[in-house]
Amino acid sequence: MRRVALTVNGVRHEVEIEPRELLVFVLRERLGLTGTVVGCDTSSCGSCTVLVNGESVKSCTMLGVQADGVEITTIEGLAQNGQLHAVQQAFHDHHALQCGYCTPGMVLAAVSLIESGAATDEAAIREGLEGNLCRCTGYHNIVRAVSAAVGVAS
Amino acid sequence: MTAVESPPGVVGTSVKRKEDAALLRGRTRWVDNLTLPGMAYMAVVRSPYPHARIKSIDFDAARKAEGFVAAFTGADLADEWAGGLPCAWPVTEDIKMPPHFPLAVGEARYQGDPVAVVVAESRALAKDAAELVEVEYEPLPSIFDVEKALDDEAPLVHSDLGTNECYMWKLDAGEAQAAIDAADVVVTQRYYQPRLIPNAMEPRGVLAQVGPTGDVTLWSATQTPHIQRFVMQLVFGIPESKIRVIAPDVGGGFGSKIQVYAEGPLAIALARRLGRPVKWTEERAENYVGTIHGRDVVHELTFAAMRDGKITAVKSEAWCAMGAYLELVTPGIPILGAWLYSGPYEIPNYSVTFTGVFTHTTPTDAYRGAGRPEATYVIERTIDALARKLDMDPLELRRRNFVSEFPHTMASGLTIDSGDYHASLDRLLELLDLDAIRADQAERRSNGDVKQIGVGFSTYNEMCGLAPSRILGAIRYAVGGWDSATIRFQPLGSVQVVVGTSPHGQSHETTFAQVVADELGVSVDDVEVLHGDTAVSQLGMDTYGSRSLTVGGIALFNAGQKIIDKARRIVAHQLEVSEDDLDFESGTFSVKGSPDRNMTIQDAAFAAHAAHNLPDGMEPGLEETATYDPANFSWPGGAHAAVVEVDTETGDTRLVRYVAVDDVGSPINPQIIDGQVHGGVTQGVAAALYEEGAYDDEANLLTTTMATYLIPSAAELPSYETDRTETRADNPLGVKGVGETGTIAAAPAVINAVVDALSHLGVTDVGMPATPERVWRAIEEVRS
Repeated sequence: MRRVALTVNGVRHEVEIEPRELLVFVLRERLGLTGTVVGCDTSSCGSCTVLVNGESVKSCTMLGVQADGVEITTIEGLAQNGQLHAVQQAFHDHHALQCGYCTPGMVLAAVSLIESGAATDEAAIREGLEGNLCRCTGYHNIVRAVSAAVGVAS
Repeated sequence: MTAVESPPGVVGTSVKRKEDAALLRGRTRWVDNLTLPGMAYMAVVRSPYPHARIKSIDFDAARKAEGFVAAFTGADLADEWAGGLPCAWPVTEDIKMPPHFPLAVGEARYQGDPVAVVVAESRALAKDAAELVEVEYEPLPSIFDVEKALDDEAPLVHSDLGTNECYMWKLDAGEAQAAIDAADVVVTQRYYQPRLIPNAMEPRGVLAQVGPTGDVTLWSATQTPHIQRFVMQLVFGIPESKIRVIAPDVGGGFGSKIQVYAEGPLAIALARRLGRPVKWTEERAENYVGTIHGRDVVHELTFAAMRDGKITAVKSEAWCAMGAYLELVTPGIPILGAWLYSGPYEIPNYSVTFTGVFTHTTPTDAYRGAGRPEATYVIERTIDALARKLDMDPLELRRRNFVSEFPHTMASGLTIDSGDYHASLDRLLELLDLDAIRADQAERRSNGDVKQIGVGFSTYNEMCGLAPSRILGAIRYAVGGWDSATIRFQPLGSVQVVVGTSPHGQSHETTFAQVVADELGVSVDDVEVLHGDTAVSQLGMDTYGSRSLTVGGIALFNAGQKIIDKARRIVAHQLEVSEDDLDFESGTFSVKGSPDRNMTIQDAAFAAHAAHNLPDGMEPGLEETATYDPANFSWPGGAHAAVVEVDTETGDTRLVRYVAVDDVGSPINPQIIDGQVHGGVTQGVAAALYEEGAYDDEANLLTTTMATYLIPSAAELPSYETDRTETRADNPLGVKGVGETGTIAAAPAVINAVVDALSHLGVTDVGMPATPERVWRAIEEVRS
């Protein structure tokens, strides 16, 4: 077991974990942050996307021990003072979620994409979200939501 | 109700979803999020072979693994089962229904067939221990191809049956062969619709707990908590009254979470044996073999027509893969399309035959559309082929054959209540600007451009809203197709709605709240919709086949009428007027001619609970339940168009536009309807261009992960253009189903567009999915 200290949604945690534990399972099973979900086992779907030091990372591609000392934002930590983040609000306004399973990862990928300045037009948004799969929406309303959020969030 | 114009309500408006607040914050209750004290974790050992004799199973090494709790073979658990995993739809009297138990004993019959289970103290430890289970297999011959599986020398999936033919089902009306013989023009086309892997983003999962009296609670990522409960009695012999099934948040289903899979009964059996709650969460690799697939059907379709384009007969023969076992409704899936092979066209002579075939593969079952995409694909492809043969515009050919008067009884025997196929096509063409597309196409062709464009159409109808119970009985489905809803006013005026349908993305909480809000004159925010727990919702038939609104929504509306009736009696009694003297509008009963004498429905609810002054004999409380059994299916229809760009050197094909005009009856929430269309269309586009559950000839799955099974991302797709035409359905809300329309319509529109793009080269057929290789080969074939 290894001791790891990481800050998640502004709260510092020290956890004893196995070296083989993926970050997503540290979040879900050690810290009880079940908003981050697992949708595949090949790093294909992006459902487990979180922000690591502000950038979107599929948390199944990172070991928990690699998270020592980093700052992580999960979906539970995105709204501030009870107010949805502009991207969350845009997803609500534009009906960009149906079953909601891909949503935490999709929202955080979109937040990162917008903050990187790369969400310049529809094509760029579509390319930028390529690593996150959604089976319900056909992405149409996700793209509309992100487009709408660009002006507000950037 | 008064004749004056109603004030604007919420039905027909895009109320923002009530579901979102929790989902957007990650406050979710997926089954895998749940933990119980003392919970243990199950892992399933699966056959890596498509067909093998199980010679021995050795748990010695697994038993030494850290955290090991227990391990069982099928033989170990044999006395747990009062019955096997049932198939609810024996489509013919002589259908072959092989036994199917949660763990295979003696022989494994597909890659992924469960052969043993291991329980350990954590998810990871269970997986570790499962990997240490040593199973000795003797591989046996296996087969994938549905037609070859019917050869005399083909390896048998169930040797004791002596054949791989599961059933043959026929429907004949009129004189199809005579009409074909007498026709001016006959086209016969063969098609293969590949396997599709549903890929709900949330994998399946179960958590089982046995209570102090032997009562069982099963949390399950399922579309069908009521069906699960019913089947668990059959599997275990425990009365349904002691079984509670909870579908908490469920992350998509698309048909693949209807079935009663092995893992639910296994988790219950292990929880009973071990005295601990047992959880299992599917991994995606397991999902690819352990959760049902869709399609895998070969068709031969014939249209006969006269020179003027009038289609006189349709004849279809289909060979449909069942997989290795029959899941809940496996044999019935092709039959769900059996009445639809005339599409939206008036075709008097009709003959369809379906042969169900066992192969050494993951069982097939309902995947979005279930039988209807299969039918629509071959109809819409073949009508284009007929148009080419007649040298007629494919849209003109469609128009000449459209059913145009409703209700219309089809040759196949069912009656379409409503529709206007011309109107949908008219609106589609207004949005499409076909002249500009044809001009662009002509220019690219004359320039000899590498990138060519094509436009394809699909004018479709479908039958959903499953289903009239009498018809289900007549076609040998085991249970009914009604649904149920309860509306309960709390004393202080908030409203609980309990529904028997069970959502996994469809927005029941919002749509149903809108229906109730307008009907009872309350706020959407005051309506709480409860679902997905058989202890809360005792009656229901769950969610599939675009039935939640068209069946469950009508039950809800009818429950609302009962609420209004009772409240009216209370108000009439308290205001000392006759019931006929009361108007009810926007939640208030008022005396005709004296509107200042009034009571709100909330006042009536309080009076009903206080029970100080109720009519003699009236029971206290304001709660009503209605069940609704539809008299007919629901009949959406519409016209879709796809525009594709094809690189004629590489075969790379991109969807550049998609326009959908659908008639789904009267809209409740347009934004939610559009969302269903977007998602449905995407799954049809995916089938047309990207997705194929590919096997080799010996039934080894080749597309075993999301890295090789190509689910399209946002980058592969355009934004869509959608609109609606509207004919009211024959039900109190005027609504039709929308969950499957897009998937049903889209695949043939896209493939017709690919063929159109290449038609100047002489290409007349491209198979699904139209991958770069397939398209390139189609071009090379006509060039050589």
